[in-house]
Amino acid sequence: MTLPAPAETSRRSMIARRAFLLLLVLFVLLVPIPSFHTPRTHEITIDAAQYEFSPARLNVNRGDTVQVTLVASDVVHGFYLDGYEIDSRVEPGVAEQFTFAADRPGKFRYRCSVACGSLHPFMTGELVVGPNEPFWRAGALALIAVGATLLSVRKRRSA
Amino acid sequence: MKTLIDRPPTDDGRRDVLARMPRLRRIVLSRAFQPVSMLLLLAPFVLAVVAGLLGTPAGNRNFGIVFVWIVWWAVLMVLLVPGLGRIWCTVCPIPAPGEWIQRRGIMRGGAKLRTGRRWPRRLRNMWVQNAGFLTLALFSTVILTRPSVSAVVLIGLTGTAVAVSLLFEKRTFCRYVCPIGGFIGLYSMVAPIELRVRDPQVCVDHRSKDCITGNEYGYGCPWMVYPGKLDRNLDCGLCTECLRTCTMDNVVINLRRPGADLAKPAPGRRIDEAFKALIMLACSIIYPAVLFGPWATVKEWAAVESFGGWLIYAAAFLAATLVVVPGLFWLAVAWGHKGSGSDLPVRRAFNDYAHALIPLGLAAWIAFSVGFALTNGSYALGTISDPLGWGWDLVGTADVGWTPYLSGAAPTIQAAILLGGLIFGVRTALRIGLRHGPPGPAGLRAAAPVAAFLLAATLLLLWLYLG
Repeated sequence: MTLPAPAETSRRSMIARRAFLLLLVLFVLLVPIPSFHTPRTHEITIDAAQYEFSPARLNVNRGDTVQVTLVASDVVHGFYLDGYEIDSRVEPGVAEQFTFAADRPGKFRYRCSVACGSLHPFMTGELVVGPNEPFWRAGALALIAVGATLLSVRKRRSA
Repeated sequence: MKTLIDRPPTDDGRRDVLARMPRLRRIVLSRAFQPVSMLLLLAPFVLAVVAGLLGTPAGNRNFGIVFVWIVWWAVLMVLLVPGLGRIWCTVCPIPAPGEWIQRRGIMRGGAKLRTGRRWPRRLRNMWVQNAGFLTLALFSTVILTRPSVSAVVLIGLTGTAVAVSLLFEKRTFCRYVCPIGGFIGLYSMVAPIELRVRDPQVCVDHRSKDCITGNEYGYGCPWMVYPGKLDRNLDCGLCTECLRTCTMDNVVINLRRPGADLAKPAPGRRIDEAFKALIMLACSIIYPAVLFGPWATVKEWAAVESFGGWLIYAAAFLAATLVVVPGLFWLAVAWGHKGSGSDLPVRRAFNDYAHALIPLGLAAWIAFSVGFALTNGSYALGTISDPLGWGWDLVGTADVGWTPYLSGAAPTIQAAILLGGLIFGVRTALRIGLRHGPPGPAGLRAAAPVAAFLLAATLLLLWLYLG
């Protein structure tokens, strides 16, 4: 039986490490994150005023239903929810209502969609639909990226 | 396949771009190239100023806001700087009036530059640019949203450029004063393009040094750089004068490995550069937090709605950019430095490792700019037709409504960009660590805390965009 040459062993080892890294990345990207929450309905009143939404951050869980009552307390405002493409317009004194199912996990900004003054482009709030898979997956990938880079160099140095 | 440490320390794989593109070479070598480019961009620049002063105060309907802070900014940070380095400095209209007054003409063949004073030695660094950028950054929420203020800033930059051109030699403004040029230069070190000499020995042997003195084909280097010793993109404004003046055909524009300037040994690295990298990284975290975050009070402070609020914001902003972030980074460098047993001064290690922040900082700015452009880019269609917001409809797009693009995918795109910047930054830190020595794992131990710092900054950015 002939032993493989050191260069061949090193090459195989490198391929094995890369395959493992690829599998790890795929696992982090694809593994489903279970949610143990029972779906519920949230009745939320969002007050739009120059240049803030109140509440400015909503936390719900995937599968929940969100019933929004949108009111404006100074001038005409809009409400656009990123990712869900919900767009509504509200005038002072006339509440608007809409309902949506929080079926996409992650953080989605809601922003004013009707020009309402100088800071209009930055009138935003946040809807977080948990479990926040995109954030946790991205964080895990960051850890893997740093670890893999450090380890790969360490391996090379010791080889 | 080569791995990180197998690569030789010298840069390789460079390709002369213009040798492969003769038409582009003819254009670049023409004396009209830069003045015509500047003139072409001077028209929208003047329109942005006029719109800011005379147009609607509604920023989203004003050409001065939409085309400067949404369109230009996104093109600059997403395409030009990472792809072509300092190419914006080649065509930037801001120094044009000052340069033309200084030269007493727009395109005078062989005319000598009017000799101005030299910039004071103690200011030949990036501190003035750092201070200028921080000053603009402190008022950026106002500048971004109020057309008249934006116009005043553009006029102020142009006026300063003219004044500096009248008092000091050549492109002193661009090299030492321009707050925009400072970070463009810093991030241009990531770009896969560079202007260099083919063979430094040819420059040594060439006695007339036309690249410095100028000749009938072009001006001496306006950026006060000697191309023969150019080894980084930081100070070269890509004006291409040396391409024209070099009678030895020794100046080339290369395609190269991205980030080739970052990890190479460079004893001349200074603390002002390090602070530029730290300030830019800190701002790339503060901006999305303030502008896109849900904290309305902070936005009002940043927008100078009350002087007391702005003072709190300014104090926190300056503390974060000049004390907290640099302090934490210093601790990371010192920790790794102590563990490595290197005899290099910590200050030198601090200056060197700060270059590992550049890829992540650039990635963070790209992520910020992508998000802002995707959300607000549709305003550009309306302002093309009605640049001053006076009710015109020049090309029939005045009534195009606000439409955010890829609003569901933007956070994923931003996360991917940030992860790319993190990997690039960590690899740069490791390269620097391995070059510092002592050999072996000590170099890695020195770089590990810097990698941890980069990871922490990335996680914070990911939290801001996704968390």
